[in-house]
Amino acid sequence: MASDSITGEAASSRLWDRFSIKTKRVIWAWTFLALPILFYAGIRFYPTLQAFWLSLTDWDLLRPANFIGLVNYQKMFADPVFWKVFQNTFLYLLIGTPLSLVLSFVIAFYLDRVRFMHGFIRALYFLPFLTTAAAMGWVWRWFYQPVPIGVINGVLGSLGIEQQPFLRSTVQALPTVLVPAIWAGLGFQIIIFMAGLRAIPSTFYEAARIDGLGEWAILRKITIPLLKPTTVFLVVFSSIGFLRIFDQVYNMTTNDPGGPLNATKPLVLMIYQTAFSSYQMGYAAAQTVVLFSILLAVSLLQLWIMREKK
Amino acid sequence: MTAMPSTELPANRRDIRPGPIIAWTVLLIGGLIMVTPLLFMFSTSLKTAGQVYDLRLIPAAPTFDNYLKVLGDGRFMQWFFNSTFIALTVTVSNVFFDSLVGYTLAKFEFRGRYFIFLAILSTLMIPTEMLVIPWYLMSSQLGWLDTYWGIMFPGMMTAFGTFLMKQFFETVPNDFLEAARVDGLNEFTIWWKIAMPMVVPAISALAIFTFLGNWTAFFWPLIVTTSKELYTLPVGLSSFAVEQSIKWEMIMTGAALATIPTLLVFLVLQRFIVRGVMLAGLKG
Repeated sequence: MASDSITGEAASSRLWDRFSIKTKRVIWAWTFLALPILFYAGIRFYPTLQAFWLSLTDWDLLRPANFIGLVNYQKMFADPVFWKVFQNTFLYLLIGTPLSLVLSFVIAFYLDRVRFMHGFIRALYFLPFLTTAAAMGWVWRWFYQPVPIGVINGVLGSLGIEQQPFLRSTVQALPTVLVPAIWAGLGFQIIIFMAGLRAIPSTFYEAARIDGLGEWAILRKITIPLLKPTTVFLVVFSSIGFLRIFDQVYNMTTNDPGGPLNATKPLVLMIYQTAFSSYQMGYAAAQTVVLFSILLAVSLLQLWIMREKK
Repeated sequence: MTAMPSTELPANRRDIRPGPIIAWTVLLIGGLIMVTPLLFMFSTSLKTAGQVYDLRLIPAAPTFDNYLKVLGDGRFMQWFFNSTFIALTVTVSNVFFDSLVGYTLAKFEFRGRYFIFLAILSTLMIPTEMLVIPWYLMSSQLGWLDTYWGIMFPGMMTAFGTFLMKQFFETVPNDFLEAARVDGLNEFTIWWKIAMPMVVPAISALAIFTFLGNWTAFFWPLIVTTSKELYTLPVGLSSFAVEQSIKWEMIMTGAALATIPTLLVFLVLQRFIVRGVMLAGLKG
């Protein structure tokens, strides 16, 4: 390293001294970046290319990979389970993102005005964010059990409402699995929304009041438009989270992963099973390429929509 | 929180009106609903097998027997150690390397700087799920499967952390760095001794996020570990819960043990953590 040459022998010291200050700084910069560049090349970029390559092979862990062209993709697009999983993945996104954003915005909006016990109430909403999804999957799974075990059905029963099958129903299972995911992320979104709300200068509100705007008009004309950067960040962030849902689904359906009848199976769980239960690595790689394309498309689409609306 | 620019809304002064009181009550009830799953988890972990069907929140005869039983077989302590060791190591690595790279990209001028920045930033678009199959192949070839290093290596540096730190180092005035240079300090010392102390809030935000993310990580540790001694706490808990089947009081005890550490840390560092989340969210 260059630091050795400063304190080191005279010869190398003379060489180092001959560099201009600018050149020295360039050498420092590349020294600092050397290991990180190796890391990003070896642990991020090369594996990405490899995933694309493996998706075109029949690699199954046992025999060496053979190039088979687009066979994996043809197989995937002809598989009804894939389309079911594809649909589930988007259901997680389409229900999860709007619901969690509206909820967290409303809570942040009112919580921001609360002074009495503000820290305590904020902590109540934030605590679930600090939990482990795998552990909470089991807590919620227990909540959803039929009577006499499950809390929710117990409460429904005492209110005289019909018992619900929740995780055992092909219709209810997906929203049932989604609830803990929304629950765990809400605190984070509330905090970010509150930071965004506080970043709006109070002069905007004062000016609006002088102009005689009502609370609702202020919300629509000032708060929501000025909150756009925060909203864009949260939409992208939570969409990516819901598209990659795994921990909750895996732990809440261990007896039949992604069940009943694939009703809750998201793409990441399908990838996990294809790769590490049936060891069809090439086929699984093709599924990861689809996931990558979806994430890329959703991110670009959302950024584009948000830009147009202004 | 106090450090954040806070705009006192005129609405507070109308606290006597019923509106704010209703809003406050609804918020409090909502907040209590949010922690209900956690309360029931703790409550059930204190019940005996016979009391599990009694859904009262306060156990009739609370007992720590489940905790003694779960901790007694030693596996949880091992998993707890694994998770702590892994999360700490990865956090230290991220604080060091993400800061170093962020600083270099923010404060050095050299050809290729923008390209390196874009290249690192572009890795944000690559989902972990796409990389696990090549990582698995790589780990099996290099003998990293079922080792601590195998669990840790993918997260040793992150584009998110680098980007966050770059944003913050850009706010550090160049005068301080120039003054240190005139004093004859080398570039590494300038970064470590002068620049780093000026971005402590960002470092704490990065440390909190990295630690929490690795402590709760499930997908990659599930794939790369096969022997129970190397499981992280989430993976261990999951296998433990499957094994316990319908002994819900035991499963809740395990879940509580996996949750208590982060909740305790939060209670101690609440202000810090909330501010860290805000910082990361606004800059990131």
